[in-house]
Amino acid sequence: MLLLILKRIGLGLITLFIVSLITFVGVEVLPGDACTTYLEREAYGAALDACIKRLGLDVPAYERYLDWASNVVRGDFGYSLSGEMPINEVLGPRVKNSLVLASVSILIGIPLAIILGIITALWRDKLPDIMISTITIFSMTIPEFISATLLILIVAIWLGWLPGIVIIPSDATFYELLSNIILPVVAISMIMTAHMARMVRSSVIQVMASDYVQMAILKGVPYWKMVFRHVLPNALLPAINVVALTIAWLLGGVVVTEVVFNYPGLGRLVIESISNRDLPVVQALAIILASIYVGINLIADLMTLMLNPRLKSLQIRK
Amino acid sequence: METNLITEDKQKNKLEKAFEILKTMASKPSGLIGLSIVLFHVVLALLSPYIAPYDYKAISPNTMLLAPSAEHWFGTDSLGRDVFTRTILGGRTALTVTFFGSLIALLWGGLLGIFCGLVGGKIDDVVMRVVDAFLSIPWILAMLLIVSLLGTSTEVLIPALGFFYGKGIVRVARAATHDVIAKDFIVSARARGHSNMSIIWNEIIPNVRDAILVEGAMRWSWMLLGFSSLSFLGFGVSPPTPDWGLMISNARGLMSFAYWSVIAPIVGLSSLIIGINLTADAFAKALGIDRSTKAPV
Repeated sequence: MLLLILKRIGLGLITLFIVSLITFVGVEVLPGDACTTYLEREAYGAALDACIKRLGLDVPAYERYLDWASNVVRGDFGYSLSGEMPINEVLGPRVKNSLVLASVSILIGIPLAIILGIITALWRDKLPDIMISTITIFSMTIPEFISATLLILIVAIWLGWLPGIVIIPSDATFYELLSNIILPVVAISMIMTAHMARMVRSSVIQVMASDYVQMAILKGVPYWKMVFRHVLPNALLPAINVVALTIAWLLGGVVVTEVVFNYPGLGRLVIESISNRDLPVVQALAIILASIYVGINLIADLMTLMLNPRLKSLQIRK
Repeated sequence: METNLITEDKQKNKLEKAFEILKTMASKPSGLIGLSIVLFHVVLALLSPYIAPYDYKAISPNTMLLAPSAEHWFGTDSLGRDVFTRTILGGRTALTVTFFGSLIALLWGGLLGIFCGLVGGKIDDVVMRVVDAFLSIPWILAMLLIVSLLGTSTEVLIPALGFFYGKGIVRVARAATHDVIAKDFIVSARARGHSNMSIIWNEIIPNVRDAILVEGAMRWSWMLLGFSSLSFLGFGVSPPTPDWGLMISNARGLMSFAYWSVIAPIVGLSSLIIGINLTADAFAKALGIDRSTKAPV
């Protein structure tokens, strides 16, 4: 058991190591280094020399990689060219803002998804299922920037209930954030809930068809007791992994949503750093977002292991 | 002569099978709706250069932000361009880029996956670690980086999208190959002394083709979503190319009084994505593959 957990953590670390290699090599191989990219037409003379010195581009690439990697491990991501300050200072408030947005969306999304998934599974092919499933298909497939734009158009412009975009500095207080994030949260949790509800639905349907549920029905267990005691624990377990993957996948969508609502989180920083051609920040973001992805998957794997006694004795191959 | 007959027979069977699958797909309302939406968009994309009433890049100060009327069915945008013209041509851009992108994704993802599944061992381990690493970099960050460094022409976008959406297919193709690799017919092909290439071509591909195609159909809709998101963020095709993502992002600032220029591309893009999704679902069901429990990786 312990060995299995260690193995999972090890695999995650190897993945992160490869990510760091890919981002580093990718930036090296693509035309232009960080300084010429950032300075563009002004890349000559004193400015270029200063920039090269600042980033230490005058030493060989492998030395720079080792340097960079060992700094990242110690939590120092280097220096932001456009912000003219350490990347950690740029990241701090952005991480906090994104965390607030993500956790509120997840706190609303997961319970809602479980409830909707159960309803649609228990009333399969009946009116509630058809209605909810149609809505989930729509909100799942429509791109984030479209649903966000429509939300602004309808709620903010036509109805005038809420402000359409977030106008707060990146170091806003928690309370300021909360009053501004209603629309972004709706936009993100709508898509997330739809994905997860579909998975919960199919998982519940599968368990409902299993032998032990048939057995429970036959021996006369009351319907709701059967649902809560026999079906749900078995149905929600396999959903954990899928939920984790969905959340991780949404990282990309969050970028777009943050841009639409002008929300000062990590997602908008991605766009800003790329528009400013600030490659050190892009590298830092790649590592951070990849760590989040690996971390979420790892937690999901470990949770499934903890919650499912049957898996403890099995060798899981992946 | 006889061999000829057999191949002809085979071809007929293939056509019949494809027709059967289409019929099963259309037998359910969701599949029928999906198929007709996709067909409608494809036909419109093919015809759009001939039926477009205006020049898509003709700028005119006299026709700025006109409301929908008999001359301009969907109104005009902030530069006086006809929104109807740009919307139907936008479908052409989206379908061309994502079709060729999906083709590239299917080819390299499928072949690499089959190869890894067949060979196994160290090579397989290394490739899968790298694929995992690529999977854990958010697609948007990687795409943005490539596009911002190499430019936003379609010659860059199509291979970049194809590469990035192919890595998920590698896993599916590999898993499907693992399922067939232990079967008797592979063992006997090996015993007959067939080469790896011959086994891949004659034994494995026919058996994993369905799973890969279903995955590819799904990727197509995600790629369309990714491509239009890139355009929306200003990193996709460059103006004045008619493109839905670009149109939405341009018209978004003015939508409080000129909502028509944002609604038309929204309807176009949403309907195409929903259509492809429904079609892919129906396709999977017609082939007997359940993908309802899969996460969008």
